[in-house]
Amino acid sequence: MTTRRLLVSRGTCCVSAGADRVAEALEAELGKIGLREVPVKRVGCPGFSQIDPVVIVEPEGLLYAGVRPEDAPELARSLTPGGQPVDRLFYRHDGQAVPRFADIPYYRRQERILLKNCGAVNPESIEDYLEVGGYAALRKALTGLTPAEVVEEVKRSGLRGLGGAGFATGRKWESCLRAQGEHKFVICNGDEGDPGAFVDRSLLEGDPHSVIEGMAIAGHAVGARTGYIYVRAEYPLAVRRLRIAIEQARESGFLGDSVLGTGFAFNIHLFQGAGAFVCGESTALTQSIEGYRGMPRPLPRPRTTEAGLHASPTVLNNVKTFAAVRWIINEGAAWFAARGTARSKGTALFSLTGKVANCGLIEVPMGMTLREVVCDIGGGVPGGKPIKAIQTGGPSGGCLPASLLDTPVDFDTLVAIGSMMGSGGMVVMDEDTCMVDIARYFMEFCKKESCGQCSLCRLGTVQMLSTLTAITEGRGTDRDIDLLLELSEAVAGGSICGLGQSAPNPVLSTIRYFREEYEAHIHERTCPARVCKALISYYISPERCVGCGLCSKECPVDAIRGERRQVHVIDQDRCTRCGVCVNACPERFAAVERLPGRAPAGR
Amino acid sequence: MSEEQLARLREILAAHQPKRGSLIPILQDVQAALGYLPEAAMSHIARHTGVSASQVYGVAGFFAQFHLKPRGRKIVSVCKGTACHVQGATRVMERLEEHLGVKEGETTPDGEYTLESVACVGCCALAPCVVVNNDEVHGRLDPRAAAAILARGE
Repeated sequence: MTTRRLLVSRGTCCVSAGADRVAEALEAELGKIGLREVPVKRVGCPGFSQIDPVVIVEPEGLLYAGVRPEDAPELARSLTPGGQPVDRLFYRHDGQAVPRFADIPYYRRQERILLKNCGAVNPESIEDYLEVGGYAALRKALTGLTPAEVVEEVKRSGLRGLGGAGFATGRKWESCLRAQGEHKFVICNGDEGDPGAFVDRSLLEGDPHSVIEGMAIAGHAVGARTGYIYVRAEYPLAVRRLRIAIEQARESGFLGDSVLGTGFAFNIHLFQGAGAFVCGESTALTQSIEGYRGMPRPLPRPRTTEAGLHASPTVLNNVKTFAAVRWIINEGAAWFAARGTARSKGTALFSLTGKVANCGLIEVPMGMTLREVVCDIGGGVPGGKPIKAIQTGGPSGGCLPASLLDTPVDFDTLVAIGSMMGSGGMVVMDEDTCMVDIARYFMEFCKKESCGQCSLCRLGTVQMLSTLTAITEGRGTDRDIDLLLELSEAVAGGSICGLGQSAPNPVLSTIRYFREEYEAHIHERTCPARVCKALISYYISPERCVGCGLCSKECPVDAIRGERRQVHVIDQDRCTRCGVCVNACPERFAAVERLPGRAPAGR
Repeated sequence: MSEEQLARLREILAAHQPKRGSLIPILQDVQAALGYLPEAAMSHIARHTGVSASQVYGVAGFFAQFHLKPRGRKIVSVCKGTACHVQGATRVMERLEEHLGVKEGETTPDGEYTLESVACVGCCALAPCVVVNNDEVHGRLDPRAAAAILARGE
């Protein structure tokens, strides 16, 4: 029987939501009422970010949501003999309390394999990881399987690179195993640069040892002695946890000059990225480890598996891919391949965000439909509003319309409909999201992140951004859509790396599925989603305004006029459409409206 | 550079092997210690790593993390991730610009605040969010709440 203990989630998101203060308050309270022996365990993020920070009570598996330090006394008392659970802190689904973690609909539809330890083990304790079977796969591989057998097992599992491109992992390893070289390297790509994705961050923060174990197994499989974990500098907590985990693994003999006494040498270095999205590309990443600007190597270039880091054979995989390896070795290729679709095996991980009721990190079998992911797990748009679009694949992916919600999620299907799996970001958009603005947003990102090596990427993204900006500012012309399509083809065709090749995707997919929105901006000079400042107006409803004057007090340009207790009016010529008045107007009146199109002056 | 800064720089250089592969870790450590990369420091780094000063500058200029000018004591970064963007990050940025009287990328004249944007901090459930000094995340903000963080002097 599992003993009584409390688990407090401690991912970046949980900590921001106050998890550390909650854990401390719980410990203090438990001490006060004589329950000092009940441990308060710090675990990784269990992934339901919407309700952070959470406290899980074992062995019952009760989950308390959105816990604050002030709740600690009541929570602590519930653990005393005869104490009652704290009903008001239970997660609620359709108004019904769901006390047990496992019964929450958000979790019930998922299949958490790679994320199993996130939220269950203390990421800063190797003992915790060992308790749940950690490093057994490494032991099995080193003592029972030859490198070729490990490669074969990974090949048979059908595992494909979970960083986005979906290249067959086993084939990559095989190529590196066969390559000749005195030194070989294993690199873990944790440069999760897609805005809106936080899968790798959560895995590194919540279960760093599983990634280290996967890398060591890869080292054995391809004959590498050195590994690098390349992490984004924007993830300070992941860096701290990895540092601790690498040190612990070394002390326990899972890394070092003779791993588990087998004579196999494998060491891991941590390399912090310096802030360049393009470094997610393999050759740019290795360039930056070598001390150069992170620019993709020009074509023709040898494969990374033959001449990667320091011109040596290199296996480079994503965080998630390495985390999957121990499962394949422990449970077997057939077990892993039993999940998913014919060509995409195993599970898919997504960070589900945007206009969705249940934000967080999820893991589902490949092939689940977008509808199941976004509606059944994600709970749809808050307030029951309709879904307008789903964005996957970040700046390299596309926006899919609600009509494609029944599409299965796997590598190939997403590409076929103009998006991609990408690093795992899935952003839900509703009627208040402007598709032209989203295309402009991603183009601005790509323009900023272009390394500048290929002219068509460097200049084409600038040109596309200026066209998109013109449209959102009400300066669009009849030929802009055609111009964007033409530039898209040029940029995609004239770039040597994935950044440039896929930079037009958000534009292409929004034109393909939401062309009428572009046309409304260009021809009618209106933004139907009421986002683009130049094409909207603010208006005070005379029926709802009570003349409290709060809006006119907050207005930075003094554009709102009206006597006290009289209806206020916005001077449309002065208004800069900053939207401060919407926030200023008390919710019970909600008199300030945002309207599509410019209002006639003076209204 | 002051004597004190020079001493810190020497310590950092001594901790790294004199090779090209140390370049980015050295630049990161120097920036963490001094807050930015002074021109004089870059020539020392060049000598230590055997890389020409122009190439050190080239690498420093390439990556978003490196800054060649002194920055404020508090770095306020508005997250511009997709989730933050669709939840109103632009308006948060505008309000902070107005509040601090500087534009994105600038430092207040008293050297207290630098206002920046960050591509994504991966706290999308807390969108829109603002990070202070790369570590302290404030989430679920509206423009007014964002300005209030600074007013509290955090």
